[in-house]
Amino acid sequence: MATRGFFGKRPSEGESGRLPPGQYLTEDFPVLSAGPTPRVDLDKWSFTLKDGVRPVARWTWDEFAKLPHVKLTRDIHCVTKWSKFNTAWSGVMIDDILAEAGIDPPTAFTLAHSFDGYTTNVPTADLIGGKAMVATAYEGKPITPDHGGPARLLVPHLYFWKSAKWVNGLQFTQRDEGGFWELRGYHMYGDPWREQRFTGD
Amino acid sequence: MDGSAQPKRLLWQEAVIEAIHAETPTVKSFRLRPDSWTGFTAGQHVDIRLTAPDGYQAQRSYSIGSAPDASGTIELAIEALPDGEVSPFFHDVVEVGDRIELRGPIGGHFIWDRPLGGPILLIAGGSGLVPLMSILRHRAVVAPEVPAVLVVSARRYDDLIWRTELLRRAAEDPNLKVIVTLTREQARPGLRFGRIDMGLMADALAGGLPALTYVCGSTPFVEAAANLVLAAGVPFESVRTERYGGSKV
Repeated sequence: MATRGFFGKRPSEGESGRLPPGQYLTEDFPVLSAGPTPRVDLDKWSFTLKDGVRPVARWTWDEFAKLPHVKLTRDIHCVTKWSKFNTAWSGVMIDDILAEAGIDPPTAFTLAHSFDGYTTNVPTADLIGGKAMVATAYEGKPITPDHGGPARLLVPHLYFWKSAKWVNGLQFTQRDEGGFWELRGYHMYGDPWREQRFTGD
Repeated sequence: MDGSAQPKRLLWQEAVIEAIHAETPTVKSFRLRPDSWTGFTAGQHVDIRLTAPDGYQAQRSYSIGSAPDASGTIELAIEALPDGEVSPFFHDVVEVGDRIELRGPIGGHFIWDRPLGGPILLIAGGSGLVPLMSILRHRAVVAPEVPAVLVVSARRYDDLIWRTELLRRAAEDPNLKVIVTLTREQARPGLRFGRIDMGLMADALAGGLPALTYVCGSTPFVEAAANLVLAAGVPFESVRTERYGGSKV
């Protein structure tokens, strides 16, 4: 259905191929979260890998800082419709976290956990193979608390609610368990190119 | 309530614009009648989809300001943003009788209904008032005994959306306290002047700590408000926030 009188402000040709359906380009960096911004003290920060309920590896902030850090520059897409191009992160690839822990992924499903109690599910295959990292810097500086610092998950090929802010661990699960937004009507996978915003999309 | 508010699948449908009202110099309200509407929970939003003749589409999310009711209609309040794509269209082009595509309701966290109880504290910056107004109006119908405090920050007196109704509710409802602060215009009798601060929050919390707090507005506003309520002793877990996403709406 064409909307009477609507012509729109189209993105430029160069932009449009990089914008998933229903998204618009923004230059600033909006902040979205379900609650207040937690202040995470670096002395109390830790990152834990769990196989089910069993912890299999844990790093303090100083230990995590010694893991190999790489840069990742990607376009990101928020389910609230904004997209931002060329966001420049650095952090530790999930592949390297697993290698450092000396384990192969034990299950096909992962639930990311955060300091504020937030959770989100991501298939393990979408975290490995150079696809995802635990980011600790944005544009060369520590990530600010409102954007998820000290560390956030970065899974840029999925809607950005999957890139959990204030991340403190990954839990491998036997089944695909919905996280915070997934239990509130949002899509279990969240591929922006297939516009998987909500359950059933 | 929390977690169960979504149907299995959200389908696009059409809605007819039944009424348009200028609420402030920059905000218009739109009453929409979707073809098939099964209700919503106060605080939820809808996605709007506009389609150009060549098939180009734009989508945006807008909160519902009306309370859930049996009318089969919903009210949106949309602020015109100068460089926007969708909000200027609503302000300058949309007329009564037009048909607009939407789907919803959406959102299972920034919601309130009677089983969640109270007291509730609602803090709105600018057009962040919209979903909180839905909650306030719904509470007045289903649970007027639940104590509620509404803090509204607006630039000027004339920028207060639903001003007449808000001031009337404040005067008539013994369980509702409304605190208005104006950031760019000197205070009028009964209103505060300046950005939200510790003093305002002490006033808002004078009756005790709320069981649930809802904050909605721009990112800086929500950060400031959430930090103030946390500093005042409100538990982290009881604070729900909704921030505007994106500058170009």
